[in-house]
Amino acid sequence: MTAHELHNMLVKKEISCADIAESVLSRINRVESKTNSYIRVEKEKMMEEAAAVDEYIGRGGRIGDFTGIPIAVKDNICTKDIITTCASRILKNYIPIYDATVIKKLKEQRYILTGKANMDEFAMGSSNENSYFGNVSNPWDTERVPGGSSGGPAASAAAGEAVCSIGSDTGGSIRQPASLCGVVGFKPTYGAVSRYGLIAFASSLDQIGPLTRDVEDCAGLLNVICGHDENDSTSINRKNPDFKSFLKDDVRNMRIGVPAELMVKEIDAEVKSTVNAALLKLEELGAKVEEISLPNLKYALSVYYIIAPSEASSNLSRFDGVRYGHRNKEAKTLREMYKKSRSEGFGDEVKRRIMIGTYCLSAGYYDAYYEKAQKVRTLIIDDFRKAFKKYDVLISPTSPTTAFKAGEKLDDPLTMYLSDICTIPVNLAGLPAVSIPVGLSPEGSLPIGLQVIGDILREDNVLKAAYNIERAVGFDKKPNIL
Amino acid sequence: MRKIERKDIEHIAKLAELDFSDGELEKFTVQLDRILDHVARISKVDTEKILPTSHVIEIKNVFRDDIVKKSIPKEDALKNAPEVSDGGFKVPKID
Repeated sequence: MTAHELHNMLVKKEISCADIAESVLSRINRVESKTNSYIRVEKEKMMEEAAAVDEYIGRGGRIGDFTGIPIAVKDNICTKDIITTCASRILKNYIPIYDATVIKKLKEQRYILTGKANMDEFAMGSSNENSYFGNVSNPWDTERVPGGSSGGPAASAAAGEAVCSIGSDTGGSIRQPASLCGVVGFKPTYGAVSRYGLIAFASSLDQIGPLTRDVEDCAGLLNVICGHDENDSTSINRKNPDFKSFLKDDVRNMRIGVPAELMVKEIDAEVKSTVNAALLKLEELGAKVEEISLPNLKYALSVYYIIAPSEASSNLSRFDGVRYGHRNKEAKTLREMYKKSRSEGFGDEVKRRIMIGTYCLSAGYYDAYYEKAQKVRTLIIDDFRKAFKKYDVLISPTSPTTAFKAGEKLDDPLTMYLSDICTIPVNLAGLPAVSIPVGLSPEGSLPIGLQVIGDILREDNVLKAAYNIERAVGFDKKPNIL
Repeated sequence: MRKIERKDIEHIAKLAELDFSDGELEKFTVQLDRILDHVARISKVDTEKILPTSHVIEIKNVFRDDIVKKSIPKEDALKNAPEVSDGGFKVPKID
């Protein structure tokens, strides 16, 4: 069930928070051994908190949209007094001393934390095969990956191990797993949600967002988590709109552009045809759909794999075994301690990206790689800017393929990186975008996601388009694991 | 772009404070060469009059009044430290 359905039942007193928590917990007990969606499940706390919220409602407390709703939180978001690992050995025992701003906002709603969701280590990966705490499996087919890096948040929401979840998206880490697991995943405009308490990967690209079972819950969670925060200097200072007010049943005359660069040969035929079928439905509803070209998008992957690792290599230099995290106990000197602690603490993909970033920022290469990439990024942003003069939203596939088999791309980082060709350009330009399920592949019965991209702070257009596509397509399939 | 060689990887590993085995050094040399070769395709893009992106949203310096606020208690700041001594972080000998 969705959060808004449960909310209505809570308001009518047809169900209690304890009932909801119990039913989610029994799902976790039943399927968690198959999905490994969580690094840590907060079983006891969940039931205690649910009872406390029931008592609060009994006293006449206000029932917010997410009051008493069990939500999974990606394990790179700090939760006070609850271990937050980033799926890394280096933070295996890290206990944050403060709550991330999004957690504070969720607590004001009196949400129920189900647990800390599994992910690729430091949010680096597209298959959730880079977690120190084991791979996550796709609830639609447990031999396949759930996507990444928010594999746990996507799998838990899809398998009913949480009603919805909170993830983070640096190059597609919310949208790509949402697509592969058949749920809705939204990356807000850069700066719309505070990054305070989100363990940084690439600070100019990272953004927190919701993964939900429908667009309405997505808008509801945006209402809760968006907003200015003085603890994040990149957070946008403006009054929050009511995101749910954009869920209107009308796309007549909506101008939709379909970038040719995101419909390239790397996209599977079944993905293309499913996305095209959804576009046709939008046209029938009165939207105007046109193919367009954003020529510099073809450089987005290259730009991303310079900028993101560069920022990561700088951000991850803080893990040195001094103030927190894993420390090698044998080291005799400080430098030896740094080296050994980091080498033991980080996994392969994280090391690979630290190495790429360090190279791109090193003397003699900075201009050719990092600065050049930031210039090409400007061209990509300009392409989007021009497109949004003519179109309200852009639509593309979210992922070039459906969920692939575990192990399939593990030895070939470059092929793995291609999983994000449709989502990466959006982060480079800081735009809001959503992935929504629009069908199952005829071959494997695996979900296919469609991506709606909007201009900066035009979440209204993105939500409106997504809401209408959701209604027109009527995707109501559930994973086999159920 | 120049081919990545093993000595480049050794140099970068030193800068990044990472240790690698022989096998890892070999693997990373091959993988990084492929990845950097791929991303270097942007070198052919004409960016002569283009300014590098610094922020994707319009952003100004953020200032606040210089008012003393409560800060993190020392015990909390030391809570996650691997080793503590005299109210500070203890580290091995500095070389």
